[in-house]
Amino acid sequence: MTQAPTKPVTYDCRKAFAQTLIELARRDERIVAVCNDSVGSSNLNGFRDEFPDRLINVGIAEQDLVGVGAGLANGGMIPFVSAAGPFLTGRALEQIKADVAYSNTHVVLCGQSPGMAYGELGPTHHSIEDLAWTRAVAGLKIAVPADPAETESALRWAAANPGPIYLRIGRYPVPSVNPQDVQFQPGRSVTLTDGDDLTIIATGTLVSRALDAARALRSEGVTARVINMASIEPLDTEAVLTAARQTRGVITAEEATTTGGLGAAVANVLVQNQPVPMRILGINREFAPTGTASFLLEHFGLTADGIAAAARDLLRAEHRDGRR
Amino acid sequence: MLTVDAPRARSYTDRRNELAAASVPDISAALQKMATQVRLSDLEMINRAKLGHIGGDFSVTDILATLYGAVLNVDPADPTAPERDRFILSKGHCAGALYATLAHCGFFPEPELKSFAQNLSALNGHPNRNKVPGVETNTGPLGHGFPIAVGHAIAAKLQGSPRRTFVVMGDGEMQEGSNWEAAMTASHYQLGNLTAIVDRNRLQQGARTEDTKQLEPFTDKWVAFGFEVREIDGHDYAQLLDALKRPSSTGKPVAVVANTTKGKGVSFMQDRAEWHHKVPSDEQVQEAIKELTR
Repeated sequence: MTQAPTKPVTYDCRKAFAQTLIELARRDERIVAVCNDSVGSSNLNGFRDEFPDRLINVGIAEQDLVGVGAGLANGGMIPFVSAAGPFLTGRALEQIKADVAYSNTHVVLCGQSPGMAYGELGPTHHSIEDLAWTRAVAGLKIAVPADPAETESALRWAAANPGPIYLRIGRYPVPSVNPQDVQFQPGRSVTLTDGDDLTIIATGTLVSRALDAARALRSEGVTARVINMASIEPLDTEAVLTAARQTRGVITAEEATTTGGLGAAVANVLVQNQPVPMRILGINREFAPTGTASFLLEHFGLTADGIAAAARDLLRAEHRDGRR
Repeated sequence: MLTVDAPRARSYTDRRNELAAASVPDISAALQKMATQVRLSDLEMINRAKLGHIGGDFSVTDILATLYGAVLNVDPADPTAPERDRFILSKGHCAGALYATLAHCGFFPEPELKSFAQNLSALNGHPNRNKVPGVETNTGPLGHGFPIAVGHAIAAKLQGSPRRTFVVMGDGEMQEGSNWEAAMTASHYQLGNLTAIVDRNRLQQGARTEDTKQLEPFTDKWVAFGFEVREIDGHDYAQLLDALKRPSSTGKPVAVVANTTKGKGVSFMQDRAEWHHKVPSDEQVQEAIKELTR
């Protein structure tokens, strides 16, 4: 007997971002927020009310935004530089490269509303290239928290550990997927379900969808291991290689272009060390049509059904080719 | 990471203390001597490496000599002291002049200059703060230093610190929009602790600034952006000392438009676009040494 699943409670990770930043700022006066007229969209109203001097709004000027962040870090502050993902990483990529990463400064870059969260506003406002762009920059850590608890933990880690990091702060509502005591660590993933048949490595908004796909596959007798890869750089290569050894193939799923994000990072490791069949789910060098964020995720097959279909396809092909 | 030349750092600090009480003509004479040494070192570096940006190096040298010789509160023996003044060379392609200046002050041993632009040298064609003490940020792409200086000046203000921030930009570099973003921020935050210096040599890589993309009316632009503007002769030490030492009298950030000559000090290089990054021949080096030491 099947039962219609109850709709899980979902959260906007920006709230966890805003609350955690205030808590961090209460305990450490070096913490400042830097934004580009994005007080509202970064949920920084509360921060501004409590720390008016420590919210630096440079106006609509992203190059200045990141440079000012690097200068604040040079002056002993810990800046959380917050702007919509597409503008932060697109407009200011050279500042991210030279002022933050190459200069090796303690700047926390917070890309708000990443992926296709801005839906109908269109591809100019989508941040699906950010992972590819930032992965190309040496020395920059990249984190894509999957839920509020992981967002909070990633922020705390970023405040405490000097060095450049880019955090994606999700806007699209997501259910809680991690254990409540999840501890973000660069280079470490969280295995959410065990499975022997195949592995789904997902990040951000796609993690809960990967879990739903695994549940659907289980009813068909297929067990899927689901790994939440919040740390894109550095990647948890050990978990990736173990999964490739212990299961029959790997699927990656991300709300980003397939040319350079999580899928590319995982493929890079596997193809050189432990080649296995792979499917890379994301957006394949296309600008999205008009649609809500939810519609667009469906449009590009970034759903539980899409992931499950890719899994069946991978296992069928693998069976046909008689690899085992 | 290069490390301090301790004896030279000590003598630098002693010399700064002596000069603190000296007359302007005496300070000027000392700065001129320092600038000549910096130009000679830079010439030798470029001759050895067969690359560099000698024209812009020589136009900014007197500004650098004045800052390090008489203005900046820095200690080469403690280059990351939190309360040091910050100096950012935004026109990072003039790293040669900066390296020669830093070595002259003892931030690292002068013989290191011989490694300029050699394979695996700490002295890259553009400065790297993680390899060269005294460098505050890695510059090279233009339009980066000013926003970073603004960020630092905001930090100092938040901390109630008296430390000052100085940034040098090339005039061609002012065509980068990011600089005007930074100018608006500096003005909005009333960063009286910030001094933005423009090395106004009127030449960019291939041509005159005014023939490439006009900057004039240049000082008017700075006034309009809310700066206290000081237009000076960028090779006159008395004017440089005054413009760089004197704090803002209005609470506004200070802009120093330093009118300079590209290739200053060597007649056949002066004010000629091709000396942006031309490498002198051995004969030209000898001729340049003769002129610089005359």
